[in-house]
Amino acid sequence: MSGHSTYQPQSAFMKWMESRLPIGGLIHSSFVAYPTPRNLNYWWTFGGILSFMLAVQIVTGIVLAMHYTPHETLAFNSVETIMRDVNYGWLLRYLHSNGASMFFIAVYIHMFRGMYYGSYKAPREVLWILGVILYLLMMATGFLGYTLPWGQMSFWGATVITNFFSAFPGIGEPLVTWLWGGYAVGNPTLNRFFSLHYLLPFVIAGVVVLHVWALHVVGQNNPTGIEPKGDRDTVPFTPYATLKDSFFIAAFCLMFAWFVFYTPNYLGHADNYIPANPAVTPQHIVPEWYYLPFYAILRAIPNKLLGVLALFGSIIILAFLPWLDTSKVRSARYRPLYRQFFWVFFAVCIGLGWLGAKPAEGGYVLAARVLTTYYFAHFIIILPLLGIFEKTKPLPNSISESVLKEGVPIGAPAPAPSPAAKV
Amino acid sequence: MTLHRTFCALATAAALSIATAPAFAAETPQPPRQAWSFSGPFGKYDQAQLQRGFKVYKEVCSSCHAMSLVSFRNLAEPGGLGYSAGQAQAIATGYQIKDGPNDSGDMFERPGRLADRFPSPFPNDNAARAANGGTVPPDFSVLAKARTYERGFPTFVFDIFTQYQEQGPDYIHALLMGYEEAPQGFALPEGAHYNKYFPGHAIAMPPPISDGQVTYEDGSPETIDQYGKDISAFMMWAAEPHMIQRKRLGLQVMLFLLLLTGLLYFTKKKVWSSVEGHA
Repeated sequence: MSGHSTYQPQSAFMKWMESRLPIGGLIHSSFVAYPTPRNLNYWWTFGGILSFMLAVQIVTGIVLAMHYTPHETLAFNSVETIMRDVNYGWLLRYLHSNGASMFFIAVYIHMFRGMYYGSYKAPREVLWILGVILYLLMMATGFLGYTLPWGQMSFWGATVITNFFSAFPGIGEPLVTWLWGGYAVGNPTLNRFFSLHYLLPFVIAGVVVLHVWALHVVGQNNPTGIEPKGDRDTVPFTPYATLKDSFFIAAFCLMFAWFVFYTPNYLGHADNYIPANPAVTPQHIVPEWYYLPFYAILRAIPNKLLGVLALFGSIIILAFLPWLDTSKVRSARYRPLYRQFFWVFFAVCIGLGWLGAKPAEGGYVLAARVLTTYYFAHFIIILPLLGIFEKTKPLPNSISESVLKEGVPIGAPAPAPSPAAKV
Repeated sequence: MTLHRTFCALATAAALSIATAPAFAAETPQPPRQAWSFSGPFGKYDQAQLQRGFKVYKEVCSSCHAMSLVSFRNLAEPGGLGYSAGQAQAIATGYQIKDGPNDSGDMFERPGRLADRFPSPFPNDNAARAANGGTVPPDFSVLAKARTYERGFPTFVFDIFTQYQEQGPDYIHALLMGYEEAPQGFALPEGAHYNKYFPGHAIAMPPPISDGQVTYEDGSPETIDQYGKDISAFMMWAAEPHMIQRKRLGLQVMLFLLLLTGLLYFTKKKVWSSVEGHA
């Protein structure tokens, strides 16, 4: 991508530095001069929100780890010590536990935005696949973290999820024993989960660097789905995108703070305030809300092994999205049929989430089967066929043409004619 | 797209709300909602109520239920019962705490100090189980957050906005009020008691308190209803001693974020106004 300007170090120190390690130039070209399509709407601010949330989770997590004890007889009470006796420990812990939920809200919006506007299509396949890897890492990290308070849901959630691996024929049982470090979820499990929970966020941070790197090679997609054709179609990242992102990060924090300060246990489960007890199984073992759609898919299938494969398949299939969607047109704006199927798919995901929280019995199982079938059909049947049969709308010639002709870019109140300012 | 966005927002809210999962059997009636002084964004604990609740705990509940995570010093902390350090010290002195080993290697008992935690009624779980018909009476420390009931759709969505989160105290109050004769044909296991609000209805705990059992000095009614409200409020404090501090800080944070968001919005608007086609 061509930049709007090149970096000119101002101070003597930065000049000296630039000829040795051009980090100033890297930051300048990545976050200042980087050309970003001028028509991005607020759905594009969630990448920034996710980076912000990752930072929040790492910072609060590091401090929490200073006070937490990963031992089966001490973990629950060490979390309570944080809540009661550590200065602002309640704030750190509620920020961290609700932060995980906010992280997932943001990532789901980010992913659905990518699907709506076809952001996974060439040349952004690697960018998208790195995103799927990030999502998988997030799921693993979230699961490991939920185990650490060592409440009833922590313990039984860990038992149910790790038991997935016992479904694999032959290697299943020894594999699960190896994962647990024993013959049941216990102290060795908690210790390694804590270790991995501390490790994975830094792996995430590393893959985020790759994700942003890939993004800066291919450039951002935009609501029209057509590539920018020169400087007229773009604005520099700073101040335009930085301010827009900052505004929405602050707005997002309002929601975050609402949960942290006013309903901090809403997104959790009351049973997790009961210390883990291997002798008592909770009436309903329910994972955190962000896994519920996948939990519904798992339970929809009567065979355990097939259920586990469907669960993993439902995530892995996302990596193949760039090739399953055969349409040449990226954005749903110009794909009238895809647009409708997108919203049906969205509703199916919400429906699966709702079913994941319900007991696996009667009509709920039937509904979960229907929706699971649709979930996979969306990728395997609907998307490939749509690309062949769908009659798409004509694309605008350029981003600036679409902005100036349609007048109202999403997120802006009204078009105000102003003298063209070339930046 | 606006319609889509509205739909999307609603659906996200719905997805969020699925978090509250069914915890109890469907045929159990919902506990009636009580008016709590600590509910809502400006809620505060009622000091007199917490002190009454503590009296109920001390005189009745503590003979079976531990409260092992709460210290005597907590009684004097701001936002809670409102005792002075001297009063809390006096309360602590009234308890005998097992300490040791001393220099000759023996365990000994001494009067409580502010730093001590409330002593548990039983030396271990097995002793508790043996004395209570095979069931360990749950520890009170976080019990008010460990009990809930299913809110159902769409109520659980509204709960985000109304900030209703007093399921625990509502349930505990209802439980104390919910003892009644088992209906015809209900097979009550031996040693169990019928309770309308307990999941499965067969509860091991006998009716723990009766009218007039605890004497109130402030003229509050000495009824199970009032005892239930007071002990539930006290248990909520025990489970969440920093709630008042949290809500107060929350208001400051919300006001700051509102201002910041507003300023960033207008800054963004101003900067983008020079871009053709953007307002």
